[in-house]
Amino acid sequence: MKHAEGQVDFKVIGTTPERPDGIEKVTGRARFADDIHLPRMLFGKILRSPHAHAIIKGIDTSKALALPGVHGALTGEDFPQLESTVISHGGASTIDIKDLAENCIARDKALYDGHAVAAVVADNYHIAEQALELIEVDYEILTPVLEIEDALKDDAPVLHETFSPGGFILQTEKSHSNAGSFKLRLGDADRAFQNADHVLEETFQTRCVHQGYIEPHSVTVEWSHNHIMSVWTSTQGHFAIREQLAFILRHPLNKVKVTPMEIGGGFGGKDQVYIEPIAAMFAKNTGRPVKIAMSRADMLRGTGPSPGANIRVKLAAKKDGTLLGADLTLAYEAGAYPGGPVTSAALQATARYNIPDQQILGHDVLLNKPKMKQYRAPGGLPVNFAMESMLDILARKLELDPLEVRLTNAMVTGDRMITGIPCQKIGGKELLKAVRKHPHFTSHLTGRNPGRGLAYAMWFGAGMTSSAALTANPDGSVKLSVGTPDLSGTRMTLAMQAAETLGIPVSSISVSIPDTDSIAFSFMAVGSRTTHSTGLAVYEAAQQLLRRMTERAALYWDVDETDVTFSDGMFNNQKDSTLTLTFTEMAHLLEKLGGPITVQSSVTPKSNGAQLTAHLVDIDVDTETGKIEIQRYTAFQDVGKAIHPDYVSGQMQGGVAQGIGWALSEAYQYDEAGHLLNTTLLDYRMPTSLDLPDIETVILETPNPNHPFGVRGVGESSIMPPAGALANALYDAVGIRMTALPMTPGAVLEKLKKKQRGS
Amino acid sequence: MNQIWIPAHLQHFTNGSERVEISGSNIRQVIRALDNKYPGLGEQLREGDMLTPGMTVAINGSVDHLGLYATLDEDSEIHFIPAIEGG
Repeated sequence: MKHAEGQVDFKVIGTTPERPDGIEKVTGRARFADDIHLPRMLFGKILRSPHAHAIIKGIDTSKALALPGVHGALTGEDFPQLESTVISHGGASTIDIKDLAENCIARDKALYDGHAVAAVVADNYHIAEQALELIEVDYEILTPVLEIEDALKDDAPVLHETFSPGGFILQTEKSHSNAGSFKLRLGDADRAFQNADHVLEETFQTRCVHQGYIEPHSVTVEWSHNHIMSVWTSTQGHFAIREQLAFILRHPLNKVKVTPMEIGGGFGGKDQVYIEPIAAMFAKNTGRPVKIAMSRADMLRGTGPSPGANIRVKLAAKKDGTLLGADLTLAYEAGAYPGGPVTSAALQATARYNIPDQQILGHDVLLNKPKMKQYRAPGGLPVNFAMESMLDILARKLELDPLEVRLTNAMVTGDRMITGIPCQKIGGKELLKAVRKHPHFTSHLTGRNPGRGLAYAMWFGAGMTSSAALTANPDGSVKLSVGTPDLSGTRMTLAMQAAETLGIPVSSISVSIPDTDSIAFSFMAVGSRTTHSTGLAVYEAAQQLLRRMTERAALYWDVDETDVTFSDGMFNNQKDSTLTLTFTEMAHLLEKLGGPITVQSSVTPKSNGAQLTAHLVDIDVDTETGKIEIQRYTAFQDVGKAIHPDYVSGQMQGGVAQGIGWALSEAYQYDEAGHLLNTTLLDYRMPTSLDLPDIETVILETPNPNHPFGVRGVGESSIMPPAGALANALYDAVGIRMTALPMTPGAVLEKLKKKQRGS
Repeated sequence: MNQIWIPAHLQHFTNGSERVEISGSNIRQVIRALDNKYPGLGEQLREGDMLTPGMTVAINGSVDHLGLYATLDEDSEIHFIPAIEGG
C-alpha cells in the first residue's frame, strides 16, 4: 500500500469539484423516502402512549377497524414473540432484537411518552388519524423514572424485571435494578492521587438532546406475492435495516430488499428501525404498498435522542500541570432499553491526554425516556465538556496557560489509552501548536464582557466492512456503486478516490448507492467511516480494475503482462515506449478483448485513524440577560488528508453548530409525569444561522498510515469541544463556572446573581 | 510469549493483574489457555464460536476483525476491548 506521506502530487484529491447531488437537492428533484408513491398505496399512522410508564392492560381496535377506509390495525401482540437475542451487524453494533422490536411497538408496557402502542392503516392519512382516536387503550399508570439519580436508588420503580445489560459497544453487567455498569482501568489511580500535588474534583450534568435531522423518518414497504419485502427508507445503513427487519419479522434475509433514499440528516439517529416493521406487517396483511411517515413530534417523542449525563471527574496533577491520574464516574441515560452510548463516552473520555493511572466507572441507566441513540461521536460531548472544563480549572488554579497544560499532557503516538492499547500515529501536539500560532489565539478580545475558551477532543470512529463495485464502460466512463449511504457528499469523495487511482477526471465517474440486492454487504454510514473505509474498498476495486485492464492491454500488444505498466492515467508498453493507451482508449478496446469489466471489493479495515480537534472561541456576555454572544470561532482538525477540503470544512462547521446548540439552548424538557413538553422545533431550540458566527476552519494533515491517501475519519469529533470551549470562555469573561448544560441565558443569569450574592 | 491485557472488569479472574503472559498461535488457543490458568475467564471472552458480543480483539495495537480466528506472531500484545463505532 502506498502511503500518503511523500505522495504530494495528487491530481484529483485535494480539489473541490461540485457535488453531484447539489442541483438535484436545491431544485427539489432529489428523491427522499417520502417521495415514493406506489399504485394502490395505503397510509399508516401510529398511536403513541400518552404515559411515560404504564402497563398496557388491553387494546381495543374494533371501532377503528369499523371506520370506512381503514384496512387494518396492529398492536404489539400481532408481531412475533421474540426471545432476547443479541445480533451484531457485521461484527459490531450489537443490539438486542427483542428490545428493538418492543421499542417499535410496545407489548406489555409503555416505557416512555411517545412509545408506539398501536397502529392503523387506511386509504389516506386523514382517515388513519381519525381511526387512531377510536382505539381504546386500557393503561395502568405507573410512576415514571426521569432522572439518573432517581433511577439508581434502591427503591426506584423498575422498568424491566429482567434485562440484558450492555448493547452499544461494551458489555456491561447488571448493577442496579435500572442500570448496567462497567469499569475501565489503566494502572493504579489510587497511587496517582496519593502522589499528586493537586487533586481536583467536580461534577457536571448535561441534558438529553436530539440529533435534529431535518427529515423525519419515512418508509414505504411493498410485499410481493413471492414474499419479497421491498423497503424504501431514509437510513444510514440499509443492510442494518434489512437485518433488523428480517429478525423482527422472522423473514429470510434474501427476501428483504432495502433501498436507501436520499437522506435529510442522520447523525447516528437513523440506523435502526422504528416504523419499518409496522409498515411491513401492514403491507403483508393487506397485500398493498404501505407508507408511514413520522411527524416532527413523532420524531422527537418516538425516536432515539442522545442521552443526558451526570459526570464526576477527579484529577491528580503535579505542580507543573502534568496529569498523574484520573478517576471518572459516568452515568448516562440509556432510556427505555439498555445499551446507550456511555461506553463510547468512556473510551474517549481521557483519550488525547497521556494519563498513566486512570479508571472509569460507567453506568448505563434505564429511564422512562426514549431508547437513547448515538449522536456524532456518541456520548462524546458531555464527557468532553466535563474533562475540558477540568483542564481549564487546573490551568487557572496553577496559573498556567490552558493551552500549555494541554500541550504538556497531550497524548503522542505510542502512549497508552485507558484500554491499554498504544495510540496509533497522531499529531496532537502539532495540532495544539497550530492553535498557538494562529492569529485568533493572540488577537485582542473586544466587547463589554469578553472571554476566550479552548477545548480539545479525540474520537476514534469505525473501520468495519465496506463494499464497492466498478464497471469500465466502453466510452471510458466508469460506474461506481457503493454500499454506504451518502450522508455528507461521500459520493463525491469516493468518486475522487476512484478518479485519482484510475487517472481519469472525476467527471467521468458516476456513483450510485444501490439496494441491498445489488451490492455486497456494507456496514452503516456511521463512525466517520465512509470516506475512509468505503474509500479503501473503492481503492481496492480500482486497483483490481487496473489489473484486469492491464491483462487486456498485454493481450492487445501481444506482450507479457509484466511488460505493461500503468502510471499517470496511461497504460505503457515497456517493450515499446511509443505504445501507450489512456484509460479511455483502453476502455474503448475492452469489448474486442473479452467484453466489459466489472470488479467488486469488500474490505474490513482495522480502524479509521484517530480524529483530533481543538476549538477556540471568543464570546461576549450580556450580564443583564445572561446571553452568550459568540464573536469568533475557529475549529482546528487533523483530518489525515482532506479529499475534498470544502466538504471537510462543512463537516467541521456542522459539528460545531450542533455542539453549540447542545451547549447553549437544546434540551428535552419533561414535566413531572414524564411528558415531553417541547415537541416542535419552535420549542426545541436548535441554533439557526442567526445564532451562529462564521466558523473558521483550519485543516491539518497528519496522514493515516493505514489508508493509501492518508485519510482519517472526519465527521464526528467536531461536535465534542464546543460546550467545553464555551464554558471556559464564559469563565474567562465573567468568572462563573457552568457545570450544567445547556448554558441558557436564564442559567447564566442565575449563576451571575449567585456570584454577585457571594454564594 | 504473548502479553495479554485483561479488561478491568475481568481482572478479578487474574487476581488483579492487568497483564498476563500466555502462549498460543491464535486467539482461540490464547482464550483456551487463559481459561485453563484462570477458570471462568474464557467464557467471559468467548461465546460459542465467537468472541462475546460487544468484545473485540486488538493485536499489536490494531483491531483484528477475525476475532477468535485471528492468528498471532510470537510475542504479540493482545487487548480484549469493546468494539468501536460511532454516529
